[in-house]
Amino acid sequence: MTCAWVFGDNVDTDQIIAGRYLVKLDPHELAKHVMEAADPKFASKVRKGDVIIAGRNFGCGSSRERAPLALKTAGISAIVAKSFARIFYRNAINRGLPVLTCAGVRRGFKTGDKVRVDMLGGKVHNLSTGGTFKVEPLPDFILTILRAGGLLPYLKRSVGKAGR
Amino acid sequence: MGMTIAEKILARASGRKQVSPGEIVEGSIDVAMTHDIEGPMVVEGLRELGTKKVWDPSKIVVVFDHQVPANSIDAALNHVMLREFAIEQKIPDFYDVFEGICHAVLPEKGFALPGRLIVGTDSHTTTYGAFGCFATGIGSTDMVAVFTRGELWFRVPESVRMTIEGRLPKRVMSKDLILKIIGEVGADGETYRSVEFVGAGMRNINMAGRMTMCNMGVEMGAKAAIVPPDGLTTRYLRGRARGSYKPVYTDRDAAYVEERSFDVKKLEPQVARPYSVDNVGPVSEVEGIEIDQAFLGSCTNGRFEDLVEAAKIVNGRKISKRVRMLVVPASREVYLKALERGILAIFARAGALVEAPSCAACMGGHVGILAPGEVCISASNRNFRGRMGSPKGKIYLASPTTVAASALKGKITDPRDL
Ligand code: SF4
Repeated sequence: MTCAWVFGDNVDTDQIIAGRYLVKLDPHELAKHVMEAADPKFASKVRKGDVIIAGRNFGCGSSRERAPLALKTAGISAIVAKSFARIFYRNAINRGLPVLTCAGVRRGFKTGDKVRVDMLGGKVHNLSTGGTFKVEPLPDFILTILRAGGLLPYLKRSVGKAGR
Repeated sequence: MGMTIAEKILARASGRKQVSPGEIVEGSIDVAMTHDIEGPMVVEGLRELGTKKVWDPSKIVVVFDHQVPANSIDAALNHVMLREFAIEQKIPDFYDVFEGICHAVLPEKGFALPGRLIVGTDSHTTTYGAFGCFATGIGSTDMVAVFTRGELWFRVPESVRMTIEGRLPKRVMSKDLILKIIGEVGADGETYRSVEFVGAGMRNINMAGRMTMCNMGVEMGAKAAIVPPDGLTTRYLRGRARGSYKPVYTDRDAAYVEERSFDVKKLEPQVARPYSVDNVGPVSEVEGIEIDQAFLGSCTNGRFEDLVEAAKIVNGRKISKRVRMLVVPASREVYLKALERGILAIFARAGALVEAPSCAACMGGHVGILAPGEVCISASNRNFRGRMGSPKGKIYLASPTTVAASALKGKITDPRDL
């Protein structure tokens, strides 16, 4: 069963993956330090499929794509937040990590609650409390990229001729 | 319907007569920049996609700046990887470890030109908007698409107009103004938008100061920050501009989603307290807080004009014994000019450490790392938890003059008192 990890507003990219780890290219090395500044226990406790629930402006700061990459590699299957910073949002989609916008979601969860994300139905369920939250629908072209697993797999499949 | 500068640039780049906010357009890129942190990720992505040749080497700029010279084997390997890529792809504008921070180098080398569409794998790419271009940060995967096809999709942003009036008081800098603005609108106040800084007050702010402001546009979430070009822009670009350029200006009937105005006549020095850039107040609210480190540098405030303003305060004095002050010119050009004019000597004599151009302490990946509990006053742009080392360290963001005054006193100090 997948669990929720609840964070506040303005979770910046330095909290997600600190600058000193950015020399690493191996996603598994990055995943060991993911969210370290926000919650030092996160990296060792997060399980495959878990979901991050957050407040405003999630992912603000740097353009480092290792931020969504580290979260995805650590097992996070989706992030549901009140709002996202622009570059993080786009990077997450490009890495095939669903990012869903939902105004009231943060108050509806606490860390450890059982969660189910229904991306196509546009809903997030708190299975521990019975609460249901509507998320803003994603445009079709974003869903297509997510379904392919990210922008590069999508380009490889759909364009094929990209490499000249 | 009239268009703003941002809309005009995106319309031109996507071959349309008219664009409006919310539309998705495919823009052809005039300049694409990457550096030693995201660059290796871009190279990996290109390999994954199977791109053998980049679309146009003459439009790509590669700068090593974050970890220069390499401070670990991993960093050295990243440099090797990107260096080999730049050579193999015959990228003429490849700046190895010696040139400085990308956001200082691109303007100096004349890549930031009015009317251009520029992307960089760095959030502070917004800096170049000081020259009236549309410049924005993207991730490495988007850059793979750009390096491969030369195009990228953009959502046309809403535009915001911020009118600046008055002249900054002595020792108060454009950094104080942008901190004040961010404090007012919030860290996500302008998310997805393009912010134009206009008004008579902007005419009094030099190019270095304009770059500081546009640099920090991203700290309020903005996609781009733009200053309409004027005589100062033209003067800066003389002898630098790479090719011709055509300034674009906002139409009289263009639409803004928000308008704000700021009078800087009575502006006080501002400080952003940990751990967010919008946690801003006048220096009087934090005066007296003891510091361990003072950092003068970064793409925000490592320019010649910044060093000069700080040197005026430091000149002939000694830095507090309990403080280590790091002075890191943003580029080789700045370094040389400051060296030749005796500015670096002023800092060295006062007891500061003068380092070679790089991002240095700004990102906590190189020199100037904080221990738990340590406090740094910094002229850089982010005070996030763990940004400069230990998550238990604290960063206060301020102007170069406030950093200099605080370094002398060993505690946060109003630069107007010295
Ligand atoms: S100086 Fe700091 S903010 Fe600027 S590019 Fe370097 S690490 Fe990024």
